[in-house]
Amino acid sequence: MSTPLRTPMPSADQPRLNPDARLSVEQASYVYAPNPSQAPLFTLEALSFQAKPGEIVAILGPNASGKSTLLKLISGALEPLSGRVFLSGFATHALPPKIRAQRIALVQQESRLLFPSRAWEFVLQGRHAYNRRMHFESEEDVNIARNALAQVGATHLSDRWMDQISGGEKQRVILARALAQQPLLLLLDEPTLHLDIGAQVDLLDSLRHLAAVNRYTVIVVTHELNLVGEYADQVVLLQKGKCLRVGSPASVYQRELLEQVFQAPLTVEMTVAGRPRVTLLGKT
Amino acid sequence: MRPLTLGRLLLRCSVLALILFVVVVIALKLGAVQVSLYGLGRDLVRVLLGQSSAISSDYGMIVVDIRLPRILLAIVVGASLSVAGASFQALLRNPLADPYVLGVSSGAAVGAILALMLENQLSLSPEFAGLITPFGAFLGAAITISGVYLLGHREGQIDSNTLLLGGVITMSFLQAIITFLMSTLAGGNLRGASFWLMGSLSTLPPRSLLYLVGIGSLVAAGAIYTTASDLNLLLAGEREATHLGVDVPRVRVVVYVAASILTAFAVSVSGSIGYVGLLVPHAMRLLFGSDHRMLLPTSAFGGAIAVVIADTIARTIVAPSEISVGAVTALVGAPFFIYLLRRRLS
Repeated sequence: MSTPLRTPMPSADQPRLNPDARLSVEQASYVYAPNPSQAPLFTLEALSFQAKPGEIVAILGPNASGKSTLLKLISGALEPLSGRVFLSGFATHALPPKIRAQRIALVQQESRLLFPSRAWEFVLQGRHAYNRRMHFESEEDVNIARNALAQVGATHLSDRWMDQISGGEKQRVILARALAQQPLLLLLDEPTLHLDIGAQVDLLDSLRHLAAVNRYTVIVVTHELNLVGEYADQVVLLQKGKCLRVGSPASVYQRELLEQVFQAPLTVEMTVAGRPRVTLLGKT
Repeated sequence: MRPLTLGRLLLRCSVLALILFVVVVIALKLGAVQVSLYGLGRDLVRVLLGQSSAISSDYGMIVVDIRLPRILLAIVVGASLSVAGASFQALLRNPLADPYVLGVSSGAAVGAILALMLENQLSLSPEFAGLITPFGAFLGAAITISGVYLLGHREGQIDSNTLLLGGVITMSFLQAIITFLMSTLAGGNLRGASFWLMGSLSTLPPRSLLYLVGIGSLVAAGAIYTTASDLNLLLAGEREATHLGVDVPRVRVVVYVAASILTAFAVSVSGSIGYVGLLVPHAMRLLFGSDHRMLLPTSAFGGAIAVVIADTIARTIVAPSEISVGAVTALVGAPFFIYLLRRRLS
């Protein structure tokens, strides 16, 4: 995709920690406060990690651990209070909206549509960032949208209305719209929240496949311990605004650590493939 | 997959333009004085050829000097209100938004009345007199929509019920102000309270004002049209639209200012005609879908058709007397509003 770069290159005095990294979060922090004089409502303490193309990173933690805040910092919706978030060398929050949408796609918990639209119309919205104002979609846009639907196995949904398909089908179409943006970075906010187990596994299988084929860097926010253990290459474990651990699932999944973070008794065992598996135990 | 093409857009607009033409011809014919279709055609051709002086009959005078300007005014007002309504609905994420229901029309009316009073004080030359009105109306409309937007904003999100309630209350408050201003300070060239409260196309404004309103509305509608595809994405919410590449603050400013201009200019020449901006975009959405690149132009045509019909009814139903056009639109619009509200709540 040839896109004119309108943001300045970062200056030379900002060293890359790892030249291979596509996403680089460097000591980024954030504070929510109603106004500067009052005590902050929530603080996300400085944290760092990097992600390469084709990698799936899970941001894991219980409620109110700062997962969504971190996602907003990565997506550029918020500017870090300190530190930096770079995507291929550009600060994400400083990108103009169109350029940002060409590089970062966000799949959120489903939003209610004001007026119904068909699945294909919805997917074509992903091409908005590539079109000039008043421009009608080109043949190329249509092909990209069609391809995106095919990649998530939703070609048959193309002409259906968005308010008349199941939660799992809708999630696929939303993912297809994100693919139509042809991003470098694919962000998913609790994508499995309203899905049954079969649909959850389907979704993460397609994510792993897409990350490998299209070389996306995928960031997933979730609290599904076992899905993360099975599919993630890297885990960022958060609790109450602190980053406790960054690393492979096998290294992060330690019984005492997870029990303390999630406040639930559990056991961790390793599968043959070297993936951790968590079993929750009752408290009595 | 059938994305919108320019050809399809133009085809639908030309069908609507044809319907508008037929409606205009019928509206020219109907009235307290009957006019034959032949005489009508002959006189219209003469006007187009610039030979208005050749029109001899009194009937011709009625058509060309009274009915035609009134119908053209109805077209501009109807198109403006509908486009303003469609854009408010998208930007506020509220299918019940309409310049009248949100109180923007009443705000424009208050602004226009105050401007007229100021004008009487200033004793300007006749060319400028009247041109202050639309600016006063614009200020009134812009202040009202900002106020209603803030009222409906809670914790960074638009709460659509609060917004609607805020709009309706604002409308009733502003209408009380209008009634007060009209009863205590009336005089000079102020029009009656019913003009500002219900709307009317019966008195033709001065020519300079007509030109200003016509050109200004066209520019404002064009500005809104540049944001048409952004508005499509805004239907899903401001946050999601931002992530799809919409410059939300820019779109918000362009659309609020332009929609306020459309409402204000329409109000300054016709008073507060209600529900057009609600009814017409919904009808067009049912017919052509909710893509704003299609919705905005079709709503403009649809609004023009609707107001021409409503005004024809208003001036013929109790002929030779007439009722206000706002009464006609409210008779149809208010029950439709209730229907939409019930459907949304269920």
